[in-house]
Amino acid sequence: MERSIRMVTVNIDGKKIEVAEDTTILKAAEAAGIWIPSMCYSDLLEPYGVCRLCSVEVIRGKRSRIVTACNYPVREGLTVNTNSDKVKWIRKILMELMYSRWPNVPVVKEMAERLEVTKPRFVSLERDESENACILCGNCVNICRDVVKASVLSFEGIGIERKVVLPFNEQSETCISCGACAYVCPTGHIKIKSLETERGALQDFYLGPKSAINIPTLQAVPRVPVIDKNSCIKMQTGGCGICSEFCEPGAINYEMKDEEVDIEVGQILVTTGFNLFDPQQIPQYGYGRLDNVYNSLDFEFMLNSTGPTGGTIQCKDGSEPRAVGIIHCVGSRDENYKKYCSRVCCMYALKFAHLVKDRTKAEVYQFYIDMRAFGKGYEEFYKRLLDEGVNMIRGKVAEITEESYNGNKPHLLVKCEDTLIGKFREIPVDMVILCPAIEPAQDAAKIKKILSISQSPDKFFLERHPKLDPISTMTDGIFIAGCAQGPKDIPDSVAQASAAAARILSLISLGEVSVDPIKANVIEEFCSGCRICNNLCPYTAISFLEDKKISDINEMLCKGCGTCVAACPASAITGKGFTDEQILAELEGLLTV
Amino acid sequence: MKPKLALYWASSCGGCEIAVVDIEAKILDVADFFDIVFWPCIMDFKYKDVEAMPDGDITLTLFNGAIRTSENEYLAKLLRAKSKVMVAFGSCAYEGCIPALANFYDKKKIFECNYINSPSLQESSKNVFPQTHTQMPEGEIEIPEFWNTVKSLDQVVDVDYYVPGCPPQSTQIIAVVEAVIDILKNGKPLPPKGTILGAGEKTICEECTRERKEKKIKKFYRPQEIIPNPDECLLDQGIVCMGPATRSGCDALCIKANMGCRGCYGPPPNVLDQGAKMVSALSSVIDSTDPKEVRDIIKTIADPLGTFYRFSMAHSIFHRVQKMEEEEK
Repeated sequence: MERSIRMVTVNIDGKKIEVAEDTTILKAAEAAGIWIPSMCYSDLLEPYGVCRLCSVEVIRGKRSRIVTACNYPVREGLTVNTNSDKVKWIRKILMELMYSRWPNVPVVKEMAERLEVTKPRFVSLERDESENACILCGNCVNICRDVVKASVLSFEGIGIERKVVLPFNEQSETCISCGACAYVCPTGHIKIKSLETERGALQDFYLGPKSAINIPTLQAVPRVPVIDKNSCIKMQTGGCGICSEFCEPGAINYEMKDEEVDIEVGQILVTTGFNLFDPQQIPQYGYGRLDNVYNSLDFEFMLNSTGPTGGTIQCKDGSEPRAVGIIHCVGSRDENYKKYCSRVCCMYALKFAHLVKDRTKAEVYQFYIDMRAFGKGYEEFYKRLLDEGVNMIRGKVAEITEESYNGNKPHLLVKCEDTLIGKFREIPVDMVILCPAIEPAQDAAKIKKILSISQSPDKFFLERHPKLDPISTMTDGIFIAGCAQGPKDIPDSVAQASAAAARILSLISLGEVSVDPIKANVIEEFCSGCRICNNLCPYTAISFLEDKKISDINEMLCKGCGTCVAACPASAITGKGFTDEQILAELEGLLTV
Repeated sequence: MKPKLALYWASSCGGCEIAVVDIEAKILDVADFFDIVFWPCIMDFKYKDVEAMPDGDITLTLFNGAIRTSENEYLAKLLRAKSKVMVAFGSCAYEGCIPALANFYDKKKIFECNYINSPSLQESSKNVFPQTHTQMPEGEIEIPEFWNTVKSLDQVVDVDYYVPGCPPQSTQIIAVVEAVIDILKNGKPLPPKGTILGAGEKTICEECTRERKEKKIKKFYRPQEIIPNPDECLLDQGIVCMGPATRSGCDALCIKANMGCRGCYGPPPNVLDQGAKMVSALSSVIDSTDPKEVRDIIKTIADPLGTFYRFSMAHSIFHRVQKMEEEEK
């Protein structure tokens, strides 16, 4: 039941103001444009009234008393004096006491100035000269307890020995590192250190901290904010929930959960894509360690007009690079990492060179092993780049280092052998773009197991036939397309996916499919349920019947490969048309001729 | 007239004889029902007694032990001729058993080991080989000839039935004895020739009460290397257990003692070669796809041939390991 809001009229410094009942004096005064000083007030918290600076004089009838404006609710006919001599006197003493104790904290200094306190009369025993001293406002303690509901921080001691502490002065396991305490700290006494940047890890293209609610990318469809449940205070401790108070349409739902939906389908097209090789595996290239060494996706992000730099190419310090090195085959065509060619890197590297030339005045150096401009119009593009004056150096880069000459700002040095002139070269550049190998998706092995398909030695999904049937797999009804099958560029992916879609449609229009008659089956009377076969079926056709304690083969899934037939130690599994007796009789027939 | 019973031990340890006696009071029924005409281990009979019998005079012969020497073979053939029903009793007669592990080598190698290289030989006894005929002042001594290859009974003579086990379990022997007495007393038809008596029709896993899971083996352990969980499948724990490739019948005796099944009950009904089946099964559940790692895991199986063919060497499809230039006779 909603309580109707009663409006009341109060008198603040002679002004008549109409506000909702129970509004605090501070808020009512703010609405009237009257300033009341405060050091500890925060919109995010229940008023705590600890700094006492907001002390005002309230008069009801003939009685006058001093109260804190931040937590005193207004009633009809209340008269408030925010600037009486008594109030001023109290504020001055309070401010002098604070100023004497924390003379260098900016917020204290500022407030003192505003309240015209220049030189405190007192000498504090606890005088703290530091600029970010803790002024005991208690905001951190309150937000941790009331909003975050983690209750990690608390006060210890009384009087001049009061201070904010962690339990037992040790790092707390209850702390979820939400950073709320640092956020509300008015002096910067509490700081959040990012362990990520300290370790030098470059998890993503680093754009500074994200909030717990964000829109993943500007191209996101649908373009709505999402809550990162690992960062959201509400989802971690059940506290906070501030966003739902602010969201007027009430669109925020904390109860929503990831859900598993079972959908029955007849055919599956696997297009699970690829992972980018992590160039940190090649430490001499300095990715994640040296500034201005990017991988191709980072750079693509930078080129994006909705990206962090709005599409301008710039170094970390904001300057335009004077020279850019683009390194091909990072991890691909390399005996130590991936032996295969990733196929797309040469062309996007050329595109990068073109865009760098287009958007900056930088020199561009391409370090390549072989230029593989194999597609339609690609060779022409390569020729065009040569005309644009891109420097092509044929040779594998040995190392990238950071150098600085004569105290100038440091730049990168790309060391390589130029195999066309037979010389070792060191090229100074401001930015390096690595073109890492395309590698199979990290969970390809899991998908392989779920779908009973195979992987080729390079771990991409294996097609039924490399030339004649590159879209289907050994499992009927499962098709593959795109980089899940092997590195390929966009036109090839589109072509393969279209072909797979057409194949799927042709089977749908048939309505029914015929299956091979060669199957394995379990002879129940011989099976003792040793379960040796249970894990073997590449098509997951074998299950264990708990009630009968024997194994069973699903004939619709079985492809008749015979793996289980060979493995069954009791010969309880036979292949239809390939029983032991039949094979032995065939052998006998062969050998008696 | 009582039916006649013969028992004989060829190349065997004697465990089968003990197993027969181990049927306790039931042995009295046997003695009561049968006229025991030949049982050299228990009673004093001579070969000439058997030789004197007319063909087919013995109703039932329980023959244990493998065929190792000329004497073994002679007695096998003799008893076959004199018996109506010939039973290969125990693992040695059925499929070669421990004596047939000698088929990894030939006579020459075995003699070298025993009469030249054996550390227990005195210097003076070295290089003294047994001779089939030795002339002594008292006359000629003849001992049986040691053959190159150990054979199972059915590789030498026609066998009617088999009783597996090393030794066959007393409960199973009792069941067989009762069945035989029942058949003979009541004139019931005999089971079809070649039947395996005193055993189950599935594998040991059927009798094993341990919990089995999907198998994935990263390392094989020898029994002394770990203390296995008594509720979990030994094979799941990496202990080579022949149970999955062994005929049921012993009530999973070794497994109940927390030891892997050794496979003495022979191959299950549908299986031709027990060892090959087990190799095929185990190689299917090795938890690796890296050829080098697979090799390393396989190396953790101690004595694979002796483990997988501990009981079935003679009867296996390869019969013996080294190919002989000339098999004697």
